Amino acid sequence: MTLPDDWEMVVGLEVHTELLTKSKLFCGCQNHFGSEPNTNICPVCLGLPGSLPVLNREAVDFAMRIGMALHSTIAPSTFHRKNYFYPDQSKDYQISQYDLPINSGGYLDLPDGSRVSIERAHMEEDTGKSTHLGGSGRLAGADSSLVDYNRCGVPLVEIVSGPDIRSSAQARTYAAELRGILIATGASDGRLEEGSMRFDANVSVRRSGQPFGTRCEIKNLNSLRSLQRAIEYEALRQVELLEGGGVVRQETRHWDENLGETSTLRVKEDADDYRYFRDPDLVDLAPDQAWQDRVRAALSPMPAQRRGEVVALLREPSDAQLDAVEVVIDLGLEKYVHAVADASGDAGLAVARVANELAADVDHVANLSTESFVATVLMEQRGELSATQAKTVLGEVLASGGDPHAIAASKGFEQLSADTLGSTVASLIDAHPDEWQRYREGDEKLAQFFIGQVMKLTRGQANGKAVIAELQARR
Amino acid sequence: MKSATQIAADVRSGASSAAAELERTLSVIAERNEELNVFLHVDIDGARAAAADVDARIANGDNVGPLAGVPIAIKDNLCQVGIPTTCSSKILEGWRPPYNATVIERIVAAGAVPVGKTNLDEFAMGSSTENSAFGPSRNPLDPTRVPGGSSGGSAAAVASNMTSLSLGSDTGGSIRQPAALCGLVGVKPTYGLVSRYGLIAFASSLDQIGPFSKTVADSALLLEVLAGHDPKDSTSLPEASPSLVAHVNDGVAGQRIGLVRELFDGADESVVTAVRAAAAALREAGAKIVDLSIPELELTLSAYYLIAPAEASSNLARYDGVRYGLRVKADDVTAMMEATRTAGFGAEVKRRIMLGTYALSAGYYDAYYGQALKVRTLTINAFARAYEQVDLLLGATTPSVAFKFGAKTADPMAMYLNDVFTIPTNLAGDPALSVPFTTGEEGLPIGVQLLGPGRSEARLFAAARVLEIADGRP
Repeated sequence: MTLPDDWEMVVGLEVHTELLTKSKLFCGCQNHFGSEPNTNICPVCLGLPGSLPVLNREAVDFAMRIGMALHSTIAPSTFHRKNYFYPDQSKDYQISQYDLPINSGGYLDLPDGSRVSIERAHMEEDTGKSTHLGGSGRLAGADSSLVDYNRCGVPLVEIVSGPDIRSSAQARTYAAELRGILIATGASDGRLEEGSMRFDANVSVRRSGQPFGTRCEIKNLNSLRSLQRAIEYEALRQVELLEGGGVVRQETRHWDENLGETSTLRVKEDADDYRYFRDPDLVDLAPDQAWQDRVRAALSPMPAQRRGEVVALLREPSDAQLDAVEVVIDLGLEKYVHAVADASGDAGLAVARVANELAADVDHVANLSTESFVATVLMEQRGELSATQAKTVLGEVLASGGDPHAIAASKGFEQLSADTLGSTVASLIDAHPDEWQRYREGDEKLAQFFIGQVMKLTRGQANGKAVIAELQARR
Repeated sequence: MKSATQIAADVRSGASSAAAELERTLSVIAERNEELNVFLHVDIDGARAAAADVDARIANGDNVGPLAGVPIAIKDNLCQVGIPTTCSSKILEGWRPPYNATVIERIVAAGAVPVGKTNLDEFAMGSSTENSAFGPSRNPLDPTRVPGGSSGGSAAAVASNMTSLSLGSDTGGSIRQPAALCGLVGVKPTYGLVSRYGLIAFASSLDQIGPFSKTVADSALLLEVLAGHDPKDSTSLPEASPSLVAHVNDGVAGQRIGLVRELFDGADESVVTAVRAAAAALREAGAKIVDLSIPELELTLSAYYLIAPAEASSNLARYDGVRYGLRVKADDVTAMMEATRTAGFGAEVKRRIMLGTYALSAGYYDAYYGQALKVRTLTINAFARAYEQVDLLLGATTPSVAFKFGAKTADPMAMYLNDVFTIPTNLAGDPALSVPFTTGEEGLPIGVQLLGPGRSEARLFAAARVLEIADGRP
C-alpha cells in the first residue's frame, strides 16, 4: 500500500520505554514485571496521604544514557504534575517532566542514511494497570474494575521525535533502531510484548510542497507491525478523506489490530486540561559534569557503530549477509564474529552461524565461549567439518557446553583422510563414467551430483569444498 | 502544670515516671475533652504501652532521650501507624496509616509518649477549627471563643494543661495564629528544617511541622528533636538538627530588630500596643529597634490564596474513593469519584479545590498562578533585603485576640484576613514564631511574632525568651 501520487505523509513518534532500574522512580519498591498483583507497592507509589517522592538516581543515569545515545543536550530539569483523575493513577496526578526535560534536541541516524530529529527525551512515572470485568470491558460500563499498582511509579522515558518521518516503513525502521539503542544503553530490555516499549504515532498528510496538515495521534501501539500498519492505514484514511472534500479533525485515535483500522478515541476539543505545575515535593535535577562524565564513560557502543564494524569485516556483503548482520547486532552477539575475524580474517561464515544457529538458541549462548565458537568455525573453514557437522557441534555446545573438538570426535566427525576421500571419489568416477565425462566437458552442475554421492557414502563426513578440490584435481 | 523540660528531667531522675505523667494527662483529657473537643482520638492503650516502655528502659539504665516520658498531642494530619488519621475530614473515614510520619519516629525515639490525635480545620484549611467535620474545638481560656486554627486542637491541648507539648503544622499561620489565641509559644520552622514525610499535604511548598508549648524552652527542646535531614523528604535541608536549647538564654544584646509596619498595620489597638511594648522590651534588653516598611508584604495574602489552593487542588485529588477512606457507591467509577468527593469534603475544602483548579487552568495559569509565583519571588527578595539591614523582624501574629464562634464564618475573606501577618514567612520559607506578650480585651492573650531569615531559629528563641521574661514568666 502506498499513498497516491502527489501525497506525502508526515509522521512523528512518541516512544515510551520502561527503564530497567532495580527500584521504582520515586520509591524503593521493586521494579519487576510479572509479580503477583499489588505486591510491589508501598505508601509512596500507592500515593498514601502524607507520603513523598524521592527521585531514583539510577533512573537519572539511564535517562542520561538515552539522551547521550541520541545526541541530546543534557540540561537542568524539573518535574511537574500532570493532573487527571483515573483509578490506575494512585495520586490522580502523574509526575512527569514538562517544559524543562532532562534531554532536549538530538537525532537518530537510520541504517538507510536518513536522519530523524529528536525533540526531547524526558522522565516520567508509569501508571498502574486496570482490568475491567463484565459489561463493556472498558472503564465506562464495566461491572467492576481491578487495579494492579505494581507498575505504578515504574520509571519511563518518553522519546519524542520531530515530524521527520515520511513513510510507515521508515517509522518502523526508526522504532527498531531506537529499540536497538535502548537495549544497547542498558536502559530497556526492549520487550514489546511485555509493554516495555509503547508507541504513539502522530500522523498527517499533505500534497508535496504544502504545509503540514492536521494531525491525528494513534495511541498505544505495542508492536513494530502494528505501528507500521496503523500509520499506513491512517495516512490513507486521511488522503481519502481530503480527496473526497472532507477535513481531518485533530483527534486521538485507537488502533484495532484485528480490524486493521483506526477509530476515534476522543476529539481535541474535549481533551483534558492537565493543569501542569511544578511538583513542590521534588527539587530541581541538575546532574553535574562529573556525574555526566561517569555516565558517558560507561556507555557501550550504539548499534550503528557496531553494525559498521561488523560490515567492515565482510568482503562485498550481499543483501542476505547484511540482513544476517542485523540479526547479529540485534542480539548483541557480534563478539563471536569479531573473534572469528581476529583468528582467521574471514567473518562471513561466522555471521551466518551466529544469525542462524546462535539466534535459534539464543537463551543458551552463555554456554558457548567465543573460543569454542572460533574453534568450530575454523574447523568448518578448514574443511575438517562439513556444514551439517559444524551445525551439530554448535547445537551440542549451546545445549550443554563442552569442547567442540571433543564433541566432533565423539560424534565420529573426524576429518576424512585425504586418502579415504581420494579413493571414494575414484570409485565414484568408475561407477558413473557418463557423468564424469560431462563434468570434464565443463558441466559444473555435475559437481553437486558427485558431492551428494560422496556425502551419501561417507554419511555426511566429507567437506563439500574438499570434494570439489578432489574432483578438479582429477578433471 | 510542669513544663516538658521538667517532666523529662523528673522522669529521667526517677522523681516521676512516664506512666504517672501519662495518667495525669489522661485524667485531664477525661475531664475536659468533651467540653473542649480537643482530641478526635485518644490512644489510651498505645500511650500506656509507650509510657511503660520508657519506664522499663529507664529502669534498665538506658538513655531515654530528651523527651523522656513527656505526653504529647499530635495534630490529626500526621500519620501514625494504626491510629485513625482523619484530617478532620469525612473523606478519610476509617483510614489507619500503615506507616509513621518521620516526626512521630523522632519524638518516640526521644522518649515522648504520643497520646492522641487533635482536631483541626479540615485538611488544615481554616483559622478557627470551625471547618472540622467533627465540630470545632473550644478555646480553653474562654470556651465561647475559637482556639484559632488550623492547629486549634493542638493549641487547646496545651492551653488546657492536657499536655505540655503538641505538634501542629503551619501553612499560612496554622501554628502561630492558634498559639497567639491560646497564649502559647508556637513555631513555624524554616522550610525544610523538619521533614514533611507523613504530614498529609495541604500546600506542599508552604507546609511545615512545628511545636506548641507554654514556654520558649519547651518549644526549643521539641524542635531540636524534630529537625534534621530526612532522606524521605526531597525538600528536607541537608544538615543535622541545630543546637537550640543551648541558645535560649543568649539574649538580644546587639541584635538589630526591624519593627515592620505591614506586620501590625490594621490590627486592633490592643495588639498594636502589645507589639510596641514588645519592641520596647527588646530595646531594654539591648537590641536596636529599626522601623521598617516592606510594601511587598501587602501582596502576599492574594498570592497565598492562589498558590496554596493550587497545590491543594492537586494534593487532594487522591481522595477519590478508589483506594482508602470514604466511598460512595455509584454506577461507574467516574460517578463514584464525584459522589465520594461531593459527600466527603466540606465547603471550605471544596472552595479551595475550585479556586486552585481555576488558578491552574489553561488560559488562566499566567494571570493567576504564574502571577502569584512572581509575587512569591518578590516576597523572598524583599525579606532578603530586610535581613541585610536587621537580624530579626517583629510584628503582630494576629489582628485581634481570640474571636467568638461564628464571628467570621459568614465571610471567607474575613477569615482569610486573620492570616495576613503570618502568611508572608510561609511564602518566603523563613522561620517565625509567636510568643505571648501582654493581654488584650477580656484579659485574652496577645501573641507577638518574631521573624528571621532561614535557619535563624536559635536567634528567634533567644529573642522570644527575652519577651517571655519581660512578660513576667521567668
